[in-house]
Amino acid sequence: MGGIMKVKDDMLKINLRGEIDHHIASIIKDEIDRYIEKHKIKNILFDFKDVSFMDSSGVGMIIGRYKKLQKAGGKIGVIYLTPQVKKIFEISGLLNIVNCFSDEREAIEKL
Amino acid sequence: MRGDFVTALNEMQLDFLSKSQNESFARVVVAAFASQLDPTLDELADIKTAVSEAVTNCIIHGYENTVGVIRIKSKLYTDKIIISVQDWGKGIEDIQKARQPLWTSKPELERSGMGFTIMEDFMDKLEIESTPGEGTIITMVKNLGDSSERNNS
Repeated sequence: MGGIMKVKDDMLKINLRGEIDHHIASIIKDEIDRYIEKHKIKNILFDFKDVSFMDSSGVGMIIGRYKKLQKAGGKIGVIYLTPQVKKIFEISGLLNIVNCFSDEREAIEKL
Repeated sequence: MRGDFVTALNEMQLDFLSKSQNESFARVVVAAFASQLDPTLDELADIKTAVSEAVTNCIIHGYENTVGVIRIKSKLYTDKIIISVQDWGKGIEDIQKARQPLWTSKPELERSGMGFTIMEDFMDKLEIESTPGEGTIITMVKNLGDSSERNNS
Protein backbone atom coordinates (compact mmCIF):
# COMPACT_ATOMS: atom_id res chain seq x y z
CA MET A 1 0.00 0.00 0.00
CA GLY A 2 1.33 3.40 -0.94
CA GLY A 3 4.37 2.13 -2.79
CA ILE A 4 6.31 -0.63 -4.50
CA MET A 5 9.75 -1.41 -3.08
CA LYS A 6 12.74 -2.65 -5.04
CA VAL A 7 16.19 -3.38 -3.63
CA LYS A 8 19.32 -2.97 -5.74
CA ASP A 9 22.59 -3.59 -3.86
CA ASP A 10 22.38 -1.23 -0.89
CA MET A 11 19.80 1.06 -2.48
CA LEU A 12 16.06 0.90 -1.92
CA LYS A 13 13.91 2.30 -4.70
CA ILE A 14 10.33 3.13 -3.81
CA ASN A 15 7.65 3.82 -6.38
CA LEU A 16 5.27 5.88 -4.28
CA ARG A 17 1.67 5.79 -5.39
CA GLY A 18 -1.46 7.83 -4.88
CA GLU A 19 -1.85 10.26 -2.00
CA ILE A 20 0.80 10.48 0.71
CA ASP A 21 -0.93 11.76 3.83
CA HIS A 22 -0.58 10.92 7.54
CA HIS A 23 -2.51 7.67 7.13
CA ILE A 24 -0.43 6.35 4.22
CA ALA A 25 2.87 7.86 5.43
CA SER A 26 2.77 5.90 8.69
CA ILE A 27 2.20 2.66 6.77
CA ILE A 28 5.04 3.34 4.28
CA LYS A 29 7.36 4.42 7.09
CA ASP A 30 7.13 1.05 8.85
CA GLU A 31 7.56 -0.80 5.58
CA ILE A 32 10.68 1.18 4.65
CA ASP A 33 12.21 0.69 8.08
CA ARG A 34 11.77 -3.07 7.76
CA TYR A 35 13.60 -2.96 4.42
CA ILE A 36 16.41 -0.81 5.86
CA GLU A 37 17.00 -3.36 8.61
CA LYS A 38 16.65 -6.49 6.52
CA HIS A 39 18.62 -5.45 3.45
CA LYS A 40 21.20 -3.16 5.08
CA ILE A 41 19.98 -0.26 2.97
CA LYS A 42 22.31 2.73 2.63
CA ASN A 43 20.51 4.99 0.17
CA ILE A 44 16.85 5.47 -0.73
CA LEU A 45 15.41 6.68 -4.01
CA PHE A 46 11.81 7.92 -3.98
CA ASP A 47 10.02 7.95 -7.34
CA PHE A 48 7.09 10.41 -7.21
CA LYS A 49 5.84 9.81 -10.76
CA ASP A 50 2.55 8.28 -9.55
CA VAL A 51 2.00 10.57 -6.56
CA SER A 52 -0.95 12.91 -6.98
CA PHE A 53 -0.82 14.43 -3.50
CA MET A 54 1.49 14.82 -0.51
CA ASP A 55 1.16 16.85 2.69
CA SER A 56 3.48 17.60 5.62
CA SER A 57 3.13 14.02 6.90
CA GLY A 58 5.07 12.95 3.81
CA VAL A 59 7.71 15.54 4.70
CA GLY A 60 8.01 14.09 8.21
CA MET A 61 8.29 10.58 6.79
CA ILE A 62 11.15 11.58 4.46
CA ILE A 63 13.01 13.58 7.13
CA GLY A 64 12.72 10.61 9.49
CA ARG A 65 14.27 8.24 6.91
CA TYR A 66 16.95 10.84 6.14
CA LYS A 67 18.00 10.96 9.79
CA LYS A 68 18.11 7.18 9.91
CA LEU A 69 20.29 6.80 6.81
CA GLN A 70 22.48 9.77 7.65
CA LYS A 71 24.03 7.95 10.63
CA ALA A 72 25.61 5.45 8.22
CA GLY A 73 26.47 8.11 5.63
CA GLY A 74 23.48 7.25 3.46
CA LYS A 75 21.51 9.66 1.30
CA ILE A 76 18.04 10.20 -0.11
CA GLY A 77 17.29 10.86 -3.75
CA VAL A 78 14.01 11.86 -5.39
CA ILE A 79 12.86 11.76 -9.00
CA TYR A 80 9.83 13.00 -10.95
CA LEU A 81 8.31 15.44 -8.47
CA THR A 82 4.80 16.43 -9.55
CA PRO A 83 3.88 20.16 -9.23
CA GLN A 84 1.88 19.80 -5.98
CA VAL A 85 4.62 17.67 -4.42
CA LYS A 86 7.31 20.07 -5.58
CA LYS A 87 5.53 22.94 -3.85
CA ILE A 88 5.54 20.97 -0.58
CA PHE A 89 9.24 20.13 -1.02
CA GLU A 90 10.06 23.80 -1.58
CA ILE A 91 8.09 25.29 1.30
CA SER A 92 9.33 22.68 3.79
CA GLY A 93 13.00 23.04 2.84
CA LEU A 94 13.16 19.34 1.96
CA LEU A 95 15.18 20.15 -1.16
CA ASN A 96 18.06 21.13 1.15
CA ILE A 97 18.48 17.58 2.47
CA VAL A 98 17.46 15.36 -0.44
CA ASN A 99 19.05 15.12 -3.87
CA CYS A 100 16.76 15.78 -6.81
CA PHE A 101 17.66 13.85 -9.99
CA SER A 102 16.23 13.89 -13.50
CA ASP A 103 15.88 10.10 -13.78
CA GLU A 104 16.70 6.77 -12.15
CA ARG A 105 19.98 6.35 -14.04
CA GLU A 106 21.36 9.65 -12.86
CA ALA A 107 20.21 8.88 -9.31
CA ILE A 108 21.97 5.49 -9.25
CA GLU A 109 25.11 7.06 -10.67
CA LYS A 110 25.28 9.98 -8.25
CA LEU A 111 23.76 8.76 -5.01
CA MET B 1 -25.32 33.17 7.56
CA ARG B 2 -26.46 35.75 10.07
CA GLY B 3 -23.90 38.49 10.44
CA ASP B 4 -22.50 38.02 6.95
CA PHE B 5 -22.80 41.00 4.65
CA VAL B 6 -23.00 38.84 1.58
CA THR B 7 -25.12 35.73 1.40
CA ALA B 8 -23.18 32.57 0.69
CA LEU B 9 -23.91 30.77 -2.58
CA ASN B 10 -23.83 27.45 -0.83
CA GLU B 11 -22.97 25.91 2.52
CA MET B 12 -22.11 22.49 3.85
CA GLN B 13 -21.28 20.79 7.11
CA LEU B 14 -19.60 17.44 7.62
CA ASP B 15 -19.02 15.52 10.86
CA PHE B 16 -16.78 12.49 10.91
CA LEU B 17 -14.60 10.48 13.29
CA SER B 18 -10.96 11.35 13.87
CA LYS B 19 -9.63 8.29 12.05
CA SER B 20 -6.66 8.71 9.75
CA GLN B 21 -8.57 7.01 6.91
CA ASN B 22 -10.86 10.05 6.94
CA GLU B 23 -8.06 12.47 5.99
CA SER B 24 -8.46 11.61 2.31
CA PHE B 25 -12.25 11.47 2.68
CA ALA B 26 -12.33 15.00 4.12
CA ARG B 27 -10.11 16.63 1.53
CA VAL B 28 -11.95 14.95 -1.35
CA VAL B 29 -15.33 16.12 0.00
CA VAL B 30 -14.13 19.72 0.38
CA ALA B 31 -12.51 19.63 -3.06
CA ALA B 32 -15.75 18.36 -4.60
CA PHE B 33 -17.70 21.10 -2.84
CA ALA B 34 -15.18 23.77 -3.94
CA SER B 35 -15.46 22.54 -7.54
CA GLN B 36 -18.79 24.36 -7.78
CA LEU B 37 -16.75 27.59 -8.01
CA ASP B 38 -14.77 26.21 -10.93
CA PRO B 39 -11.34 26.69 -9.33
CA THR B 40 -8.10 26.02 -11.18
CA LEU B 41 -6.30 22.72 -10.57
CA ASP B 42 -3.63 24.54 -8.57
CA GLU B 43 -6.24 26.21 -6.37
CA LEU B 44 -7.92 22.87 -5.80
CA ALA B 45 -4.59 21.25 -4.88
CA ASP B 46 -3.94 24.08 -2.38
CA ILE B 47 -7.35 23.59 -0.77
CA LYS B 48 -6.89 19.81 -0.53
CA THR B 49 -3.47 20.23 1.06
CA ALA B 50 -4.68 22.78 3.62
CA VAL B 51 -7.69 20.61 4.60
CA SER B 52 -5.45 17.58 4.93
CA GLU B 53 -3.12 19.47 7.28
CA ALA B 54 -6.02 20.76 9.39
CA VAL B 55 -7.69 17.36 9.73
CA THR B 56 -4.36 15.66 10.51
CA ASN B 57 -3.81 18.21 13.28
CA CYS B 58 -7.20 17.33 14.83
CA ILE B 59 -6.34 13.62 14.77
CA ILE B 60 -2.76 13.78 16.03
CA HIS B 61 -2.79 16.84 18.27
CA GLY B 62 -6.44 17.53 19.14
CA TYR B 63 -7.47 13.99 19.94
CA GLU B 64 -3.98 12.44 20.19
CA ASN B 65 -5.12 9.40 18.21
CA THR B 66 -8.21 8.77 20.35
CA VAL B 67 -11.59 8.86 18.65
CA GLY B 68 -13.51 12.12 18.61
CA VAL B 69 -15.60 14.11 16.17
CA ILE B 70 -14.16 16.48 13.60
CA ARG B 71 -16.49 19.04 12.03
CA ILE B 72 -15.84 20.78 8.73
CA LYS B 73 -18.01 23.67 7.66
CA SER B 74 -17.60 25.39 4.35
CA LYS B 75 -19.23 28.32 2.58
CA LEU B 76 -18.93 29.30 -1.05
CA TYR B 77 -19.04 32.89 -2.28
CA THR B 78 -18.59 34.10 -5.84
CA ASP B 79 -14.95 34.91 -5.21
CA LYS B 80 -13.84 32.75 -2.30
CA ILE B 81 -14.31 29.64 -0.19
CA ILE B 82 -14.30 29.68 3.60
CA ILE B 83 -13.47 26.44 5.38
CA SER B 84 -13.47 25.81 9.12
CA VAL B 85 -12.18 22.66 10.78
CA GLN B 86 -13.12 22.05 14.40
CA ASP B 87 -12.29 19.52 17.09
CA TRP B 88 -13.24 19.18 20.74
CA GLY B 89 -9.86 17.85 21.77
CA LYS B 90 -7.10 19.08 24.01
CA GLY B 91 -6.59 22.49 22.43
CA ILE B 92 -3.38 24.43 21.78
CA GLU B 93 -1.43 25.88 24.72
CA ASP B 94 0.62 28.36 22.73
CA ILE B 95 -0.79 29.30 19.32
CA GLN B 96 2.13 31.57 18.42
CA LYS B 97 4.54 28.71 18.97
CA ALA B 98 2.36 26.25 17.07
CA ARG B 99 2.34 28.54 14.04
CA GLN B 100 6.14 28.67 13.82
CA PRO B 101 7.61 26.74 10.89
CA LEU B 102 9.31 23.48 11.93
CA TRP B 103 8.10 23.68 15.52
CA THR B 104 6.27 20.53 16.61
CA SER B 105 5.02 19.26 19.94
CA LYS B 106 5.43 15.71 18.66
CA PRO B 107 8.92 15.22 17.16
CA GLU B 108 8.81 11.57 18.26
CA LEU B 109 6.00 11.00 15.75
CA GLU B 110 8.18 12.42 12.97
CA ARG B 111 5.96 15.43 12.53
CA SER B 112 7.61 18.03 10.34
CA GLY B 113 6.11 21.04 12.11
CA MET B 114 4.98 22.44 8.77
CA GLY B 115 1.20 22.06 9.11
CA PHE B 116 0.20 25.63 9.94
CA THR B 117 2.92 27.03 7.68
CA ILE B 118 1.46 25.12 4.73
CA MET B 119 -2.12 26.18 5.58
CA GLU B 120 -0.97 29.78 5.85
CA ASP B 121 0.99 29.64 2.63
CA PHE B 122 -1.54 27.75 0.51
CA MET B 123 -4.58 29.71 1.67
CA ASP B 124 -5.14 33.48 1.80
CA LYS B 125 -6.16 33.70 5.42
CA LEU B 126 -5.78 31.48 8.48
CA GLU B 127 -7.34 32.05 11.90
CA ILE B 128 -6.78 29.80 14.87
CA GLU B 129 -9.01 29.83 17.96
CA SER B 130 -8.23 27.38 20.71
CA THR B 131 -8.99 26.81 24.37
CA PRO B 132 -6.89 24.24 26.20
CA GLY B 133 -9.13 21.37 27.31
CA GLU B 134 -11.99 22.46 25.07
CA GLY B 135 -10.81 22.28 21.51
CA THR B 136 -9.67 24.13 18.45
CA ILE B 137 -11.31 25.72 15.44
CA ILE B 138 -9.32 26.92 12.51
CA THR B 139 -10.83 29.00 9.74
CA MET B 140 -9.25 29.36 6.32
CA VAL B 141 -10.15 31.53 3.35
CA LYS B 142 -9.07 30.92 -0.22
CA ASN B 143 -9.71 33.68 -2.75
CA LEU B 144 -10.65 32.28 -6.12
CA GLY B 145 -11.37 35.32 -8.25
CA ASP B 146 -14.80 35.78 -9.76
CA SER B 147 -16.20 32.49 -11.05
CA SER B 148 -18.51 34.19 -13.57
CA GLU B 149 -15.47 35.90 -15.09
CA ARG B 150 -13.57 32.63 -15.15
CA ASN B 151 -16.46 30.88 -16.85
CA ASN B 152 -16.72 33.57 -19.49
CA SER B 153 -13.03 33.70 -20.29
